Amino acid sequence: MTDALAAELAADPGAAASAPRWYRSSFWPYLAAKLLGAAISFLVMLVIGFTIFNVMPSDPVATLTRQHPTSPSQMAALRKQLGVDLPVWHRFVNFVGHTLTGNLGDSWQYHQSVGSLITERLWPTVLLIGSATVISVVLGLWLGIRSGWRHGSFFDRASSGVSLVLWSVPTFWLGLILLVIFTTGVGPIPTNLFPAGLMSTPGYSGPWIAHVGDTIHHLILPCLTLVLVIFAQYVTIMRSSIIDELGAPYLLTARAKGLRDDDVRRKHAVPNALLPSVTVIFLQLGTVLAGTITVETVYSWPGLGFLTFQALQIPDLPLLEGTFVVLSGAVIVMNLLADMLYRVLDPRVRAQ
Amino acid sequence: MTAVATAAPPRLDGPRRFARQFFRMPTAIAGLTILVLFAVLALTAPLYIHASDLDVTKATGGQMAAPGHGYLLGTDQPGRSVLLLLIWGTRESLAIGLLATLLAMVVGSAVGLLAGHYQRFVGRALMHVTDWFIALPSLPLAISLAAVLGQGATSLTIAIAVTSWTSTARLVRAQTLAVEARPFIERARALGAGNVQIMVRHVLPNVAPLILVSSTLTVAGAILSEATLTFLGLGNPTDVSWGTMINQALTTSAVSRGAWWYYLPPGIAIVIVVLGFTMTGRAVEHILNPRMANR
Repeated sequence: MTDALAAELAADPGAAASAPRWYRSSFWPYLAAKLLGAAISFLVMLVIGFTIFNVMPSDPVATLTRQHPTSPSQMAALRKQLGVDLPVWHRFVNFVGHTLTGNLGDSWQYHQSVGSLITERLWPTVLLIGSATVISVVLGLWLGIRSGWRHGSFFDRASSGVSLVLWSVPTFWLGLILLVIFTTGVGPIPTNLFPAGLMSTPGYSGPWIAHVGDTIHHLILPCLTLVLVIFAQYVTIMRSSIIDELGAPYLLTARAKGLRDDDVRRKHAVPNALLPSVTVIFLQLGTVLAGTITVETVYSWPGLGFLTFQALQIPDLPLLEGTFVVLSGAVIVMNLLADMLYRVLDPRVRAQ
Repeated sequence: MTAVATAAPPRLDGPRRFARQFFRMPTAIAGLTILVLFAVLALTAPLYIHASDLDVTKATGGQMAAPGHGYLLGTDQPGRSVLLLLIWGTRESLAIGLLATLLAMVVGSAVGLLAGHYQRFVGRALMHVTDWFIALPSLPLAISLAAVLGQGATSLTIAIAVTSWTSTARLVRAQTLAVEARPFIERARALGAGNVQIMVRHVLPNVAPLILVSSTLTVAGAILSEATLTFLGLGNPTDVSWGTMINQALTTSAVSRGAWWYYLPPGIAIVIVVLGFTMTGRAVEHILNPRMANR
């Protein structure tokens, strides 16, 4: 809202009482409501996590000692040590307290705290998700704009078809195929064009800039796989929001002014259609995470997804629980950000 | 539509028009053909595949032998025919996908119907529960559930159902709200219909087509989830399913040994079946809800 408009509204006693001040003052209650909602979601997520990992397994001590012969007195001592002899509500309070203070327990297989394992593996995942999201958003929005603007055209049908097929391909299998193509070499593609796993070449020493290059070299295949799996959803969203704008009167006005078709699209239709798409980017994190877990597993990318896979092999319940809490928490935070962003970007939501 | 044109009983008019529209769409025919083909393959498999064909200890083929010599798609590490494993895997993948979808549909429709009918406290509470489940990332939740419940088809089915009922619940609730606003519900209520009768006799038949569309699309997702979970090693290793096959191909280093016949076919099978369900589902959606058509 510009100052001139605000002044004009202030001059009009009827409007001044409500409109501009109402906009601003309603932000804080809105924020508080959303924060409370996110806090409740987080608590519910903890209840679900607690139920899965602490109530459903009949006896964690029995699972833990499956391979080792253990005397009943040792079992009892272990029960006391793990706190499983306490009543359920007490264990839940302990669990919430520990989680909120960042104490996620100790991993059974690494004999290390789950919290330190997760912080170690967090950045590779952020790097992978971040780069893949940026690339697929740019690619998806561009394709979506092109398809929606001329919906029903050959380009549109081809892009929808490709999206449909890519959606039907299991992520891990696509990763496997790309791995085979780029490491064993098929046709004109040379052998070992891209490295097949990990984040950097083991024992690699050199200047930091070479390290960055080495990491990017390792990032290309996992990132490409993830992009192929997730970009289609951005195409769909952008395409349908462009189609929603097609009949809008302001586009007719723009055309009547004599603007070229490209300008009508770029300067008028796209900015309006972008609004719903931008927030959806944040809401898609859950789907992106699902892709990340399998992609990291295929390429042994040392992130949270690969950690989840490694935890599954035992199964290492405290570690699984930790990754579940961290990944779900990240999704809740992203949903909160999407709500905030939508309000900031779209004045129509504010007026409701 | 004149009285002369409706020679057929009016009750058959709708389905007949539906079928005519359905078979005019190439994608619908392709999708349905795929589904019928795989269904026949899955149902007739026990007629020509015996337990000894799938038994690791009784395998007769060479170790990871290339296609040929009576094995159309080669053999796996213990020497079983990949083709027979692939056909047998259809049963496991379809069974888990369909069963999980059935569970998800029952739960999702019940929650959606109740939330749409009792709009006050019960409805709001149910929608909150649904929103909490939507907020949870589905794969980590499914992984955690399946890991705790133990290896096997039952735990996979439950894990997939728990993570796929939410969208149906939202969809059914929205449709229930729309149907309940229509005059014939008011008429039924005035004639003395109770809550249960309104929901089951009046709302449910109007929501049913939507549930059908939602279920075809959910099956596609469920089959992908099943493949992902078994690939991650959550399936029972002695069961034969597509995800397990790819998992075993990877653990026996089929990739570095160049055994493409081991890891390519299961993946292609997954893609084809998932495409079949998606194309059929979209075609039905297209007919039932033409406004969604150009989305």
